Amino acid sequence: MTTREKILDAVLKNQPATTTLPDTSVFEGDSNELVQKYMDVFKTIGGSCVLVKDIAAIKTFITVNFDTAKRIVTTLPEPGDSFELISDNVDPHSYDDVELALIKAHFSVAENGAVWLTEEVMGQRIIPYICQHLAVIVRAESIVPTMHEAYKKIGEGDYGFGGFIGGPSKTADIEQALVLGAHGPLSMTVFIIE
Amino acid sequence: MSQTKTKDHAALAGAFIKDEERVDWHDGALWYIREKRDIAAKQIPEWEQLREAASNIKSNVISNLHEYLLQFEANLIKNGITVHWADSAEEHNEIVYSILKAKEINQMVKSKSMLTEECHLNEYLEERGIEVINSDLGEYIQQIDNEPPSHIVLPCIHKRKEEIGELFHEHLGTEKGLSDPTLLTRVARKHLRNIFLTRRGALTGVNFAVAETGEYVVCTNEGNADMGAHLSEVQIASMGLEKLIPQKKHLGIFLRLLARSATGQPITIYSSHFKKPRKGQEMHLILVDAGRTRQLGRKDFRDSLKCIKCGSCMNTCPVYRKSGGLSYHNTISGPIGAILAPNLDMKRHADLPFASTLCGSCSNVCPVKINIHDQLYKWRQVIVKEGYAANTKALGMKTMAWTFSSPVRITKVGEAGRWFLQNIPFVLNNKFNPWFKQRDMPEGPKESFTEWFIKNENKKP
Repeated sequence: MTTREKILDAVLKNQPATTTLPDTSVFEGDSNELVQKYMDVFKTIGGSCVLVKDIAAIKTFITVNFDTAKRIVTTLPEPGDSFELISDNVDPHSYDDVELALIKAHFSVAENGAVWLTEEVMGQRIIPYICQHLAVIVRAESIVPTMHEAYKKIGEGDYGFGGFIGGPSKTADIEQALVLGAHGPLSMTVFIIE
Repeated sequence: MSQTKTKDHAALAGAFIKDEERVDWHDGALWYIREKRDIAAKQIPEWEQLREAASNIKSNVISNLHEYLLQFEANLIKNGITVHWADSAEEHNEIVYSILKAKEINQMVKSKSMLTEECHLNEYLEERGIEVINSDLGEYIQQIDNEPPSHIVLPCIHKRKEEIGELFHEHLGTEKGLSDPTLLTRVARKHLRNIFLTRRGALTGVNFAVAETGEYVVCTNEGNADMGAHLSEVQIASMGLEKLIPQKKHLGIFLRLLARSATGQPITIYSSHFKKPRKGQEMHLILVDAGRTRQLGRKDFRDSLKCIKCGSCMNTCPVYRKSGGLSYHNTISGPIGAILAPNLDMKRHADLPFASTLCGSCSNVCPVKINIHDQLYKWRQVIVKEGYAANTKALGMKTMAWTFSSPVRITKVGEAGRWFLQNIPFVLNNKFNPWFKQRDMPEGPKESFTEWFIKNENKKP
């Protein structure tokens, strides 16, 4: 008997009588004032949130607030003229020196500040984790109230990798003192396009 | 971590509480997290319904585990992930070793995984020439200090920053006396970034595995699981069988509960959904039993398999907060550890279900509503019946049963106790009486309730 068969046999023998799944459709968030709610929550988790009109405004904000002498990468063709376009064909290690990555989220979640990204909008899986600073664009109308609406939106999801990211990386492992910038980005900025 | 246990919880806790200042700090730090959890939970009006739903989903998982395992396996294969099955810790370790060996990898980076701690994977691989580095900051600190984690979410919560500074001075060459948390974190960030960039193999744990889609979710705040995984050639995930959930939409419920229960955050910073390998990458997933199917067969204890490892039962537990996680001499400490450990080795962990006041606070905060304190009480009965209770405890219980079974005996024993407390208290107030440690025995009452009742009954007009 293989280990697989042995384990499956033991499971079958020991599992109790079937119970039914609960109805989870009862969970529904409040969809009022989602932009304001999102911004409030995102700030409390250590992120910065900026309301903008268009991509051009984002580009201006970045030029003013980040060191453009350092490497800035993006998946968006629009600001691609001054920022480097991310290639999915190069070794992910080569992005180690990225100062800022500017990418677009599918949507974000008001209750926890998280944005939903799949590898398709990341350019490469490593991008939102390896950069020193992360900037993500979210369309105001795409914000959902809670994680229940988030998974409705994701559905089956045709991706190899996807992730929620809710703020700059952090740790409180040393005496519970909060430090922003553990292994991932030191800061996270979300641009909300109205 | 040593396999042989030399001291029980009471003795190890006794050593921990000698440093009163540290105990007070530890107690306060964990209670602060418990308070943050309360604030976060109260912001969600449907919190209790979420707990109920999560508990019912996990009941369904436990009762259909066979079917979900088959479904999950089929979907993993469809997604291009290689599936392995391990019956024991040893078999799990052998599988990891063989995967790395086949790719000639001799250095691996690992994000937080209590399962691999339980399996003593690091020691196993190191004996075979493979270096493992724990990348979660707390786990890294514990690793360089050659100690296991003392808390499943906050691995080095029992350490003071000065001690961590000393470890960094010794291992990472920081200036002596440096203990600022931000500066120490920056040093670790720099050191570990180089590790991520140079390791071809990465192992992660699993928080939730979705049967319906064959993907698994890993939650971190530091981003260490992603840094390791996305830079690796070979990505390995180790999971206990109980980590399955039926459908993807159920993640909505569990991710709302997990971080709020653990640290009071609305969600962990990173909730990563791994489904298919990256181009040119290999992905392996190991399904580990190691006692889980045995626990599944224990009617009174199988609900312990619902645990989502948030650690809230530890943060709230008055015994855990004052005795420290390492006193539980088991990878998973605290109340949940005390109901999981006896299943692994009843004799070795016979003391753990007794390391509780049975106050029930653990059950009240558990996001999946495990009846932890009931199970602690039930384990005590099993352990005494099986003959694993400490001699003093077994003798005490027998004496108590003998005394309480006769009204005459209980009256006589009561009289004797009062007489000793009043006349020669040092017979009870000495180091041989464990109740005298850090306490004074009370003054003995003048009379028993029965004596008082008879006297006052006669006074009636």
